[in-house]
Formats: sequence, C-alpha cells, structure tokens
Amino acid sequence: MACIEARGLRKAFGKTVALDGIDMRVEEGRILGIIGPNGAGKTTALNAILGLTPYQGELHVLGRDPWRERDRLMRDVSFIADVAVLPRWIQVWQALDYVAGVHPRFDRAKAEGFLAKTTIRQTSKVRELSKGMVAQLHLALILAIDARLLVLDEPTLGLDILYRKQFYDSLLNDYFDRSRTIVVTTHQVEEIEHVLTDLMFMDRGRIGLHCSMEEFERRYLEVMVRPEQLDAARALKPMQERQGLGRSILLFDGIGRDTLSALGEVRTPSIADLFVAVIGKQAAQAQGAA
Amino acid sequence: MSTQSNAIPQSALASGAGSCKEISVARRFYWSVKREVWESRSIYLAPLAVAGVILLGFFVSAIHLPAKVREASGMTPMAQGEILAQTFGFAALALMATTLVVAAFYCLDALHGERRDRSILFWKSLPVSDLMTVLSKATIPLLLLPLLTFLITFALQVCMLLLSAAILLVGGQSLAMLSHLRLGMTWIALLNHLVVGHGLYYAPFYGWFLLVSAWARRGTFLWAVLPPLAIGVLEKILFNTSHFGDLIGDRFGIGGSNSKATSMFAMIADSPGLSHPGLWIGLLLAAIFLLAAVQLRRRQGPV
Repeated sequence: MACIEARGLRKAFGKTVALDGIDMRVEEGRILGIIGPNGAGKTTALNAILGLTPYQGELHVLGRDPWRERDRLMRDVSFIADVAVLPRWIQVWQALDYVAGVHPRFDRAKAEGFLAKTTIRQTSKVRELSKGMVAQLHLALILAIDARLLVLDEPTLGLDILYRKQFYDSLLNDYFDRSRTIVVTTHQVEEIEHVLTDLMFMDRGRIGLHCSMEEFERRYLEVMVRPEQLDAARALKPMQERQGLGRSILLFDGIGRDTLSALGEVRTPSIADLFVAVIGKQAAQAQGAA
Repeated sequence: MSTQSNAIPQSALASGAGSCKEISVARRFYWSVKREVWESRSIYLAPLAVAGVILLGFFVSAIHLPAKVREASGMTPMAQGEILAQTFGFAALALMATTLVVAAFYCLDALHGERRDRSILFWKSLPVSDLMTVLSKATIPLLLLPLLTFLITFALQVCMLLLSAAILLVGGQSLAMLSHLRLGMTWIALLNHLVVGHGLYYAPFYGWFLLVSAWARRGTFLWAVLPPLAIGVLEKILFNTSHFGDLIGDRFGIGGSNSKATSMFAMIADSPGLSHPGLWIGLLLAAIFLLAAVQLRRRQGPV
C-alpha cells in the first residue's frame, strides 16, 4: 500500500493557487525530500497530508482521508511542522505526561532516554530552553512515537550547524528502519542529500520532478567539458550549461556515462544544481508560453 | 552546548519496539482538561489568592468580634447571626466575581493563545480531535470553575467559622449565634447556584467567548464585547427598544445575584432550576457556538 497517494490535489487561497492539481505517490519505507522555493506549495501540500487544511482532489494517507480523520490519522503519523512550536509554558515532565496520556504509541521511557543524553532537565519550562534545546525536546517526543509516517517541515530552520547535523543523524540512526516513511522539506538541501531515498522538486504549486535517488544518479550527470569538445557536448542537448573554475559544466538528462566520459570529467550533480536546471528550465518555458 | 551533550545515542532505540495500547476517550479527555489547568494556573491561583486575602482581612476584623457581640446582646440570636452572615456572604460573592472574571479571560485566550504562540501545530500533531480540544476547554468555565469556586468558598467559610468560634470561646461568649448562620443550607444553595447559574446559565457567554477566541486574529476582548454592544445600540437607534440588551442583562442577572435580596442565602436561593426553558435555549445556543469553534479550529493555523 502506498503511504501517501494524491490525485489532482488542488488548493487555492483566493486567486492564489498554492497547489495546482498535483499527483503523487509515496511508497512506505521511503525518505522523501521535497525541495522548492518559498511559495512553491510545499507547506500547503504537507498541511493537506496532515489534515491541517481542506483541499480539492483525492488524497489518501495510510489509506485514510486526512481532512476527515485527522485525529485517527495522528496515531500513525507524527510531524514537526515548524521550529519551536512547543508551548512556552509547558514543563518538560508535563509534555512527557501529556503525550503519554493521549498517544497510544508513545514510549515514555524512550523519550526519557533521548532527553537523558541532553542538558534538558525535566523541571525546565520550554521558555527557559534555547531554540536548539526546544528542537531537541520536540525531536525526543516525536522519535519516541512509533509512527508509520513522519513529516518534517523545515525542522531545523534557524538552528546552528552542529545541531542541524545531529538532528538528521538522530533521525537516520535512531528512527528510520525501512518500514517507516519520512517526508522532509528544507532549504538546506545539501544537509539532507545523503539521507534521502527519493527526491521531489516543487515550484509554483506543481511537481517539477519526482524520482528515486538511484534514478537521479543514473539519469542526471554533469560533465566538466574539455574546451575542445564543447561543441560535441552541446550537440547532445544539455539541460543547462554553466561556468565553473574556468571550465564549462554541462548537465545532461539521460545520456549514458560512457558517452559523457569521452567529453570530460563526469560526476553526479548536486541536488541544488539539478534544481536550478529543472525548475529554471520549466520557469523559462512557462514564461515563453505566456 | 557541546556536541557531546547533544548527542542522541543509538542505544536509546533498544528500549521497547513501541507497544500499541488503546487509550480511551475518557482518558484523553482527562489529560486534555489537565493540560488546560497546567497552562492557565490562574484558574486556581486567582480564587486562592482572593480567599487568602479575605481570610486575612477576616482574621484582623475578628478581633473586634466579641465587642460586636456584646453590643448586640439585646438582639435575638437570629439578628446576631446576621452580623456574621453578611461577612460570610461577602466572601462568597468575592470568590464568585473572581472566578467569573477568570472564566471570561480564560475563554477569550483558550483558542487564541495556541494560535498566537504557534503551539496549535504541536497539539494538532497528537491524536486528539478538535471537538475534544474545544470541549475540554469549555469544561473549565462550565464545570471546573463552578465546582472549584464552591470548594474554595466552602473551605474559606469553614476556616472563618472555626476562627469565629475560637475567638468567641476565648472571649467567654456563647456560640449560639453561629448556628444561625445556616451554613449547611447556604452551601447546598451555593452549589446549586454555581453549577446551574454560573455553569449552565452562563454557557452561551462562554460559548461566544470561545468562538471569538477561535475566530479573531487579534483583539479578542473587543471582538467579544463590541458586536453585542453594536447590536444593542443599533436596536436602540432603529426601533428605540432594548430587547437585546435586556436579554443579555436578564441572562446575566439570572445566574448572578439578586440585588434586592439582603442575605447571601436569599441572593442565591432563588436561582432558577433545570426546568426553566431559558436554560435549555441557552445551552442550545452554547452548543452552536462551540460547534462553530470546532469547525474554526479545524481550519485555523497560527496567527
């Protein structure tokens, strides 16, 4: 069964279309990264998946309709929608008590185990903790929930680099076990690149690209082309051409590694570079069409 | 913060593969109400503080009690009892007024505060429905505050009674006047008055305040007060009548005190009962307001 399945998912705020009829399918056991600029519709898509906003079209998460069954769905889904949304008045022990009181899949001992490795005291109030510590507390609460889907929307925004790295390490080492599904959005693409199994680009309410990381690595290659072979390389219709370190770097879609290695040094492009190429091209096409 | 202290070890994963137990609706509701009391400590701190001040004031003034009793020695025991009854009544009224103010401000903040501090995003990540959240919040003014007001009033008046008895005994005077306080009857009437009047009769007020709290982006107090005021003024200008204002005034007056009554007992003993149709109309209105608040909370994000 697919973890998330959407068909013609659409959401408009007045005249602004946030989601323009997207189709998507996320299988269980994947770690999907959704990449896109501000206003691309990422958060709206996640809010629809989490039952936080009504939508048009068809959407099933773990076989349920999120808008109608949010509270039931939240037994199997957990999420961190933003940094530092824990109530400022709550004390750490109260947060543990409360989640244990309402969540059937919360393992209190596990959460306490996470917290024991931090400097957070159970008697502390959230308002007394630093932003990084609040995120640690939230993560400890969420990771102690045995959920089938975890959704993270910019979970590390505004945190310092040490904490961000450790956040994803914990997620991968202590939580992900190939039966759970994780969906994450972030602006810091490079930090989650090695974590992902699947990649999705979003722009202006549409999905620009959705593929597995294996497919991404197989399909997209960039070549630092030797100057004398530039014309031959351009004949292969690169998606994008840019300059770097005095060499032309050309990005190709679906051209074999063997063919390309004759032109220069071949490597897998970074997600950020591919994003610029894919979304930039689509934006140019959209403008051309208009 | 060192990296060391931040590290979350893999060993923590070893404990428990996540046993899945069902949690009953009642239990989730209990924790939801408990959460409200944790968050809004003024629910119990405000009446306790007022009770403390009253007790202190009573203690200071009770020193003159033997003298007052001597002055009133010519009166009937009934009239003597009235001297104290007024003070006891004042204590109860002060606590009622306190918890009404607490209830009003609690309701105005209940569904607005969680949007303001964005914590709604955390609450909604847990398996608690919007209906349960709104009902748990409504339980505070509808049931918890009336019961708490009764308990604190009861405890305060018992303290005042014991203090009076001690002072009278030390002064070598009879305790006869204390029996004329009729506290037993008064407490039963008070409990009825608080649960039916303050809880159920005022339900549409609480419902309206909670609805405003779920809807307004800011200025909840103004949104709660100004529209009813505007309706009243408009009615006065257009029709030169004041039915809307009378409606609200009557409702508040029913639950509140009868200003013409002289003793506390008389003030609260004529609280209307459960058979009054106005009670049920009010509850229906409150239910409509609360259901609207539930629908709003479903849709609303942080402000």
